[in-house]
Amino acid sequence: MGEGKLVLDGLRKAFPGLPVLDGVAFDVAPGEFVSLIGPSGCGKSTLFDVVAGLETPDAGRVLVDGEDTTGRVDPFAYMPQRDLLFPWRTVLDNTTLGLEVAGMSRRAARERARPLFAPFGLAGFEKARPQELSGGMRQRAALLRTVVQDRAVLLLDEPFGALDSLTRTDMQTWLEGVRAHYGWTVLLITHDIREAVFLSDRVVVLAPRPTSVVREVAVDLPRPRTVEMITSARFAAVEEELLAALRGGRAP
Amino acid sequence: MIRTLRRLAPPLVLVALGLVAWQWYVTAADVRPQVLPSPLRVVEQGWAFRDQIWANTVPTLQVTAVGFTVSLVLGWALAIAVDFSPWLRRALVPLFVASQTLPIVAIAPLLIIWFGFGLLPKVVVIALVTFFPVTVGLVEGFAATDRQATNLLRSMGASRWEQFRYVRLPGALPRFFTSLRIGITYAVTGAIFAEYVGATAGLGIFMSVQRNSFRTDLVLAAVVVTALVSVALFALTYLVERLVVPWRPREVRHG
Ligand SMILES: Nc1ncnc2c1ncn2[C@@H]1O[C@H](COP(=O)(O)OP(=O)(O)OP(=O)(O)O)[C@@H](O)[C@H]1O
Ligand SMILES: [Mg+2]
Repeated sequence: MGEGKLVLDGLRKAFPGLPVLDGVAFDVAPGEFVSLIGPSGCGKSTLFDVVAGLETPDAGRVLVDGEDTTGRVDPFAYMPQRDLLFPWRTVLDNTTLGLEVAGMSRRAARERARPLFAPFGLAGFEKARPQELSGGMRQRAALLRTVVQDRAVLLLDEPFGALDSLTRTDMQTWLEGVRAHYGWTVLLITHDIREAVFLSDRVVVLAPRPTSVVREVAVDLPRPRTVEMITSARFAAVEEELLAALRGGRAP
Repeated sequence: MIRTLRRLAPPLVLVALGLVAWQWYVTAADVRPQVLPSPLRVVEQGWAFRDQIWANTVPTLQVTAVGFTVSLVLGWALAIAVDFSPWLRRALVPLFVASQTLPIVAIAPLLIIWFGFGLLPKVVVIALVTFFPVTVGLVEGFAATDRQATNLLRSMGASRWEQFRYVRLPGALPRFFTSLRIGITYAVTGAIFAEYVGATAGLGIFMSVQRNSFRTDLVLAAVVVTALVSVALFALTYLVERLVVPWRPREVRHG
C-alpha cells in the first residue's frame, strides 16, 4: 500500500431530471484519511458510485496515481451504507467474497483473510453466521471484506451510521488504531462531524444538491488520535469551522 | 418435536370433531352409503381395497414426480433466462400469466386426443398448473436482489454470472421454497385431474370408476389417500429446505 493518490476532476452526474453532482473536485494523497460531510441527500453516495466505477459520470475524470481510471472498479474497495453480509455464507466466507470474485481459490482467500480476524476483533467467529454477530462486529466484518481486497483506495459509506453511540465511539478508536497500522488511503462518508474530525487528516464539505465542494478543512491534530482530544480546544475549533461551512453551504 | 405436536393439535382436533359429527349424522339420519358413507365405512372399505388403492397410488405418484420434475426444470431454465435477458423478461412474463388463463378443464381432454392415454398428456397438465408459481417465484426472487448488494458485487469486479451465482441465486432460494410448496400441492391435484379425464391406472381413474359404480365410500377413501400424499410431499419440502437453505430465518413461533 502507500500508493493510491486519488484525484476527482470536475465530476458531474445527473439522473433524469435531477442534477446531483455539479463539478466535484478534490484530491486524496496516498495514505491520507479524508472524510466527506454534506447535507442529507446531497449526493455523497452517488459520488462514491461514480468514483467506484459503478455509475458513469456525465463529465469529469477519476485519476489514481495519475492514470485515468474513470469507470473502472479495480482501484477501489467499496463498503456500502449497509453491511450486506450474506446470511448464506459464514463470516469468514463473507470476508473472502471479493477475493473469490477476483479469481482466488477459496482456500487461498481464506488463508489471506484469516490473519485479519484477530486485529478486527472477530477471532473465533470465522465459522459463525453473520446473524450471530453484534452490530459493531458486523461492521468490522464488512470492513474486513473491504480491506482484504488490497485495493489502492478504500471508499467507506457511513460505516458506523447504524450503530449506537457507544459502539460507534469504540469503532472509531479501533479504526484509528488499525488504519495507522496498515496505512490505508481512505475516503469516508459520514453524517457525524465529530467522527470526521476524529478520524481524518482532512474533511471535505459538500454543498446541498446539486453538490460541489464548499470547503476543505485540514485537521492538524497529532496522531494517533485519542478520546481525550475530543474535548481539546483545537478539536472544537475544527468542529466549529466545519459547522459554519455546512451552514454557509445551505441554499439561501 | 413437542412443538410440532402442539402445532398439529388444533387442526387434528377440528378434523376429529368433524368426523364425529359426520358419523353421528349418517347413523342418526340413516343415510344410504351410496349417497354419504360414514367415515368408519370409508376407512373399513378403504382398508379392504387397500391393494387396489395402492396399485393406483403408485402410478399417480410416478406421474406427479415426472410432471413436477419437468415443471421444475422448465421453471428454472425459463426463470434464469428471464433474469439474464431483459428482452426475454418482457416477452415471456406476460405469456406466463396468459398460460394461467387456459381452462385446463377444456384443454385436458384435447391433450388426450392429441397425445393418447400415456404419460405425456398428464405431464403436460401437471407442468401447466405448476410451472407458473415455481417460475414466477424464482423470477421475483432473483429480481428482489438488493441494488446495493449488486453494486457491492460489481465493485468487486463480478461479472453478471458471478452476481447471479453469489447473490441472486442464494437470495432467491427462500422464496423459491415458498412457491415450491404451492406448486407441489397443485401437482398432486393436477395429476388426479389428468387421470380423471383419461388414464389406464391411477387414483384419478380409480375415483372415476368407483363413482360410476356408486362406490362413494371408495371414492372418499381415494380422496383421503390423495390428501395424505399431498401433505407428505408438502412436509418433504420443509425437510429439503432445511438442508438447502439452513440460513432461512425461522418462522415466527406461536404459543
Ligand atoms: N439511481 C438513481 N436514480 C435516480 N435518482 C437517484 C439514484 N440514486 C440516487 N438518486 C437521487 O440522487 C440524490 C442523491 O442521492 P445520494 O444517495 O447520493 O445522497 P446521499 O448524500 O448519499 O444521501 P444520504 O445522506 O441520505 O446517504 C437523491 O435525491 C436520490 O434520490
Ligand atoms: Mg448515502
